[in-house]
Amino acid sequence: MSSAGKSPWLMHYNASSCNGCDIEILAALTPLYDVERFGIINTGNPAHADIFVVTGGVNEQNKEVLKNLYDQIPEPKVVVAVGICASSGGVFRDCYNVSGGVDTIIPVDVYVPGCSVRPEALIEGVVKALGVLEEKRAAVDNGGLR
Amino acid sequence: MNIVMAAAGAVLFLILAPVLGGLISGVDRVLTARMQSRRGPPVLQPFYDISKLWHKERAFANPVEMILTSGYLILIAFSGAILFSGGDLLLVVFALALSHTFLILAAYAANAPYSTVGAERELIGVMVAEPILILLAAGFFIVTGSFFVSDIVSDPTSAIVYLPGVFLALFAVLTLKLRKSPFDIATSHHAHQELVKGVTSSLSGRTLAKVELAHWYETIILLAMMLLFFAANPVLGIIVVVICYFLEILMDNLFPRVTWKMTMKSLWTVTLILGAANIAVLGILGGVMV
Ligand code: SF4
Repeated sequence: MSSAGKSPWLMHYNASSCNGCDIEILAALTPLYDVERFGIINTGNPAHADIFVVTGGVNEQNKEVLKNLYDQIPEPKVVVAVGICASSGGVFRDCYNVSGGVDTIIPVDVYVPGCSVRPEALIEGVVKALGVLEEKRAAVDNGGLR
Repeated sequence: MNIVMAAAGAVLFLILAPVLGGLISGVDRVLTARMQSRRGPPVLQPFYDISKLWHKERAFANPVEMILTSGYLILIAFSGAILFSGGDLLLVVFALALSHTFLILAAYAANAPYSTVGAERELIGVMVAEPILILLAAGFFIVTGSFFVSDIVSDPTSAIVYLPGVFLALFAVLTLKLRKSPFDIATSHHAHQELVKGVTSSLSGRTLAKVELAHWYETIILLAMMLLFFAANPVLGIIVVVICYFLEILMDNLFPRVTWKMTMKSLWTVTLILGAANIAVLGILGGVMV
């Protein structure tokens, strides 16, 4: 039975974003859009999460935090980099303290560019992530990712 | 009640309670969504969640969590099986309390700050809920002359006639037991909260699935206890229980969470005024039926 895609619990982390993308994420999670329709739950706990939504270009201060959170999410898990900062570092990529994108620290599965992201793109990104989650779940069941 | 009936009751509980408990949880989430002008998840969402959790990687903060959460689930199932086989109400109440001890130990085992706070709050929950459950057993004994559920259900008068105070106190504590606002201090079913799910914060995957399953069992046990008050008139009983559950959902949506001190004070006061006074009055009147 495939249920990973029907029950995606989502955790959001701001890795030095300007808050522009975060506002879009939080807006999409308000009761108005009712993401619980798709079984999505916004959790604050990595142990309970399936989808890791990260914004910002990651700096020296929070790269350890990002890595730590990622490690605490049990497989199967999917990382969505939201915004151009998270995807590549954006305009901040050459700053001395910026790592330049989430994928410089942890593996990223879905990139959602934009500054800030459009809600449509964000939703499409999460839907893509559900597909990846299903694939990984099959791999975990076959013992591949353990 | 003969042994065959007793065994059938226990087996039916063990099989059907998770199904019914999961459905109640699903309907609960849909009703909550409707109260917030949302559509909400499918009714079967709790089953999708459990199935997903079951297939997650087995990651533990401490491997002993696996044993402790299993103990929690098994003891709750045992407690319900005793109840539905017509067994001793005292044993039901004590097995229920012991089961929560296992959950608390599982949370302590993680040795993490949030988990520890959750464990302490769960402990407070047990302290708050236990007196009324014991009063309930004592009340049924005074009214029917037996601690055995099989005797209580065959009593010609419904216990609610003599124990309205105990029933109302149980209804108040049900809010805490169902993990609903304003008393959801140890963990809640809501998307996000400050203690990121308190007592379950270090549990994941299968261990979390077991805790959820145990919660479904417990929901059925508590609703069945409420039904016991209406033994002579089960139809009325079911109507009252449905109304009570609806009120719980309504309260969950109306009230913000209170502090642990407020939880203790208010629920102990209710237990004392409604529960203990009810028993005391019965005692003064000379123990109705015995
Ligand atoms: S992509 Fe734009 S809006 Fe998003 S965090 Fe970066 S600068 Fe801010």
